[in-house]
Amino acid sequence: MAIIIEKNTKILIQGFTGKMGTFHAEEMIKYGSNVVGGVTPGKGGQKHLDRPVFNTVKDAVQQTGATASILFVPPAFAADSAMEAADAGIKTCVAIVDGIPSHDMIKIKRYMKRYSRNEKMTLVGPNCAGIISPGKSMLGIMPGHIYKEGRVGIISRSGTLGYEAAEQMKNLGIGVSTSVGIGGDPINGSSFRDIIEKFEKDDETDVILMIGEIGGPQEVAAGEFAKENMKKPVIGYIAGLTAPKGRVMGHAGAIVSAYGESAIEKVEILKDCGVIISKNPSVMGDTVKSVLKKM
Amino acid sequence: MDIHEYQAKEILSGFGVTIPRGGIVYSPETAENKAREIGGSKWVVKAQIHSGARGKAGGVIVCNSPLEVAQATDKLLGKKLVTTQTGPEGKIVNRIYIEEATDIEKELYLGLVFDRASESIMVVASTEGGMSVEEIAKEKPDSIIRSKIEVAVGIQSFQARELAFGLGIEPELIRRASETIIGCAKAFSELDATMVEVNPLVISKQKQILALDCKMSFDNNAMFRRDKVSELRDKTQEDEKEVYASDRGLNYVSLEGNIGNIINGAGLAMASMDMIKLAGGEPANFLDVGGGATPEKIVKAFRLITMDKKVKVILVNIFAGINRCDWVAEGIVQALEKIKIGVPLVIRLAGTNVEKGNKILRESKLNYIEANTLEDAANKAVAALNK
Repeated sequence: MAIIIEKNTKILIQGFTGKMGTFHAEEMIKYGSNVVGGVTPGKGGQKHLDRPVFNTVKDAVQQTGATASILFVPPAFAADSAMEAADAGIKTCVAIVDGIPSHDMIKIKRYMKRYSRNEKMTLVGPNCAGIISPGKSMLGIMPGHIYKEGRVGIISRSGTLGYEAAEQMKNLGIGVSTSVGIGGDPINGSSFRDIIEKFEKDDETDVILMIGEIGGPQEVAAGEFAKENMKKPVIGYIAGLTAPKGRVMGHAGAIVSAYGESAIEKVEILKDCGVIISKNPSVMGDTVKSVLKKM
Repeated sequence: MDIHEYQAKEILSGFGVTIPRGGIVYSPETAENKAREIGGSKWVVKAQIHSGARGKAGGVIVCNSPLEVAQATDKLLGKKLVTTQTGPEGKIVNRIYIEEATDIEKELYLGLVFDRASESIMVVASTEGGMSVEEIAKEKPDSIIRSKIEVAVGIQSFQARELAFGLGIEPELIRRASETIIGCAKAFSELDATMVEVNPLVISKQKQILALDCKMSFDNNAMFRRDKVSELRDKTQEDEKEVYASDRGLNYVSLEGNIGNIINGAGLAMASMDMIKLAGGEPANFLDVGGGATPEKIVKAFRLITMDKKVKVILVNIFAGINRCDWVAEGIVQALEKIKIGVPLVIRLAGTNVEKGNKILRESKLNYIEANTLEDAANKAVAALNK
């Protein structure tokens, strides 16, 4: 089975009846995702896209047995919605929304500490493209058709750069087991390390492609984890070679503020950890291909 | 979002941090009066710009009479101050802060930042105030003490005390020092700050603990709930093109090169810039029009890029996901009916309906260079530059 989501994972849309929620719910349903309903407070009891709408996530979970949710609520309310999902027993929650305050993200993560390891929700994002396991399910906003089914796991901060990698691979005939967008914010639900650890245990994944960028310690932390704990090859690319120090490059988290956070420094540290570096973003697919050839 | 020193001081003072007496002025005449109002016999005239290292750049002048205060104000107002942090173009001085001079006995450093590794707020303090935190970390790393704030409960008194004792502060001043640290931590948490820096935090000869210079930055994403803070934004301190962009929902950073970029997604934008560099060119900007790349955003992006006179080639790189290439292509064609760009244009489309998108571009009257891959796009942009 794939990591995080499976073919039949029951999915709720939080912010179901809004414009974004409706659009992406339709896309997910078209892809074959098992969307069982959604939540919009005050609209409980209605039907939307032929599926039930609930007032609370708790009601929705009780009546549909959903285990995953995806958030399409405005940034100001996103933290509340994520905590509601965690409390209702949702196992995987993807926050697509861009613009959640950092203080709110810290609050969500602290709040989730009240649950034991087994009961704890996996939060992915915010400010991300979501998760896709090609041919099985999509819990995200990516164009599903650019992903071929296969055995390479992708983790990317950026949405479109993750698409770029998937398409390069598809053009070379290489498929993806699961692709996870962890998002561009400084504080996020799941880190590179969290996801590569899942890929290492996944019997449908042979190789991992990690697409990082400047700012923060997560790429290096993942590299160090890989060095100590992983048998599967990890390929890495770090965007932002030309980014000036101290400036935010689009993603709130893409800012070089300390040693080890620039692209050059991250690449050097990852190399030392045994990560195979894709030397530029145009050869991510080729680099994966050459690694697969040697296996 | 950054604010001025005097604004940060006013905020922190509301949280129990002691600051020297002072006031803001906009003209030499009011400066003289302000100095008399503040009283004393020695004043510091400080240029208010969004940058540190103002002292070394001549932006801080010590004066011994109200007349000198007026003269110093006259000298600084309206000038562009170039510091090590502003870049060569400098920043305009529109406001002057006049402050009573402090008899300094000891200079300390106090800073609060988000620590991304532990996902908490970190207090950083050092006995080596007056230097930048980077310099302290390099030259006196042993002087740095840290304390992590558990956000769920906020800073505790013992943590503030530990820091104060750690800084070697004498016992009778520990309480005031702790209150200062707690005040900064509360301001950080309650106002959605991303950085609070008091450097130097001084002990005066009169045994007062004073915040002599303060800096605060705030989370742009939280400004929707911080009306009072967002009112403090001073657009004269920001790059004109960056203000234009941020007011229109575009993520833009002005850079030194001459290849203008229009890209969807921050990661892809950084990757494209990397490819330009590898191809031997230099990007003029970072510009992320958002994953969606709507026609409206494309128009705004072209307007923005054409404002930059450095730009000699424009590179458009759009990976269409849910938005389709044909839709993006129509957006580009429409945008360029309204806007004359006057420089070579390289367009690379990828993703959903790429063939349809390219067909629309080819059949339009648009004069452009088509590219297929990231690498191809960068190479063609650099080649167009050298023609």
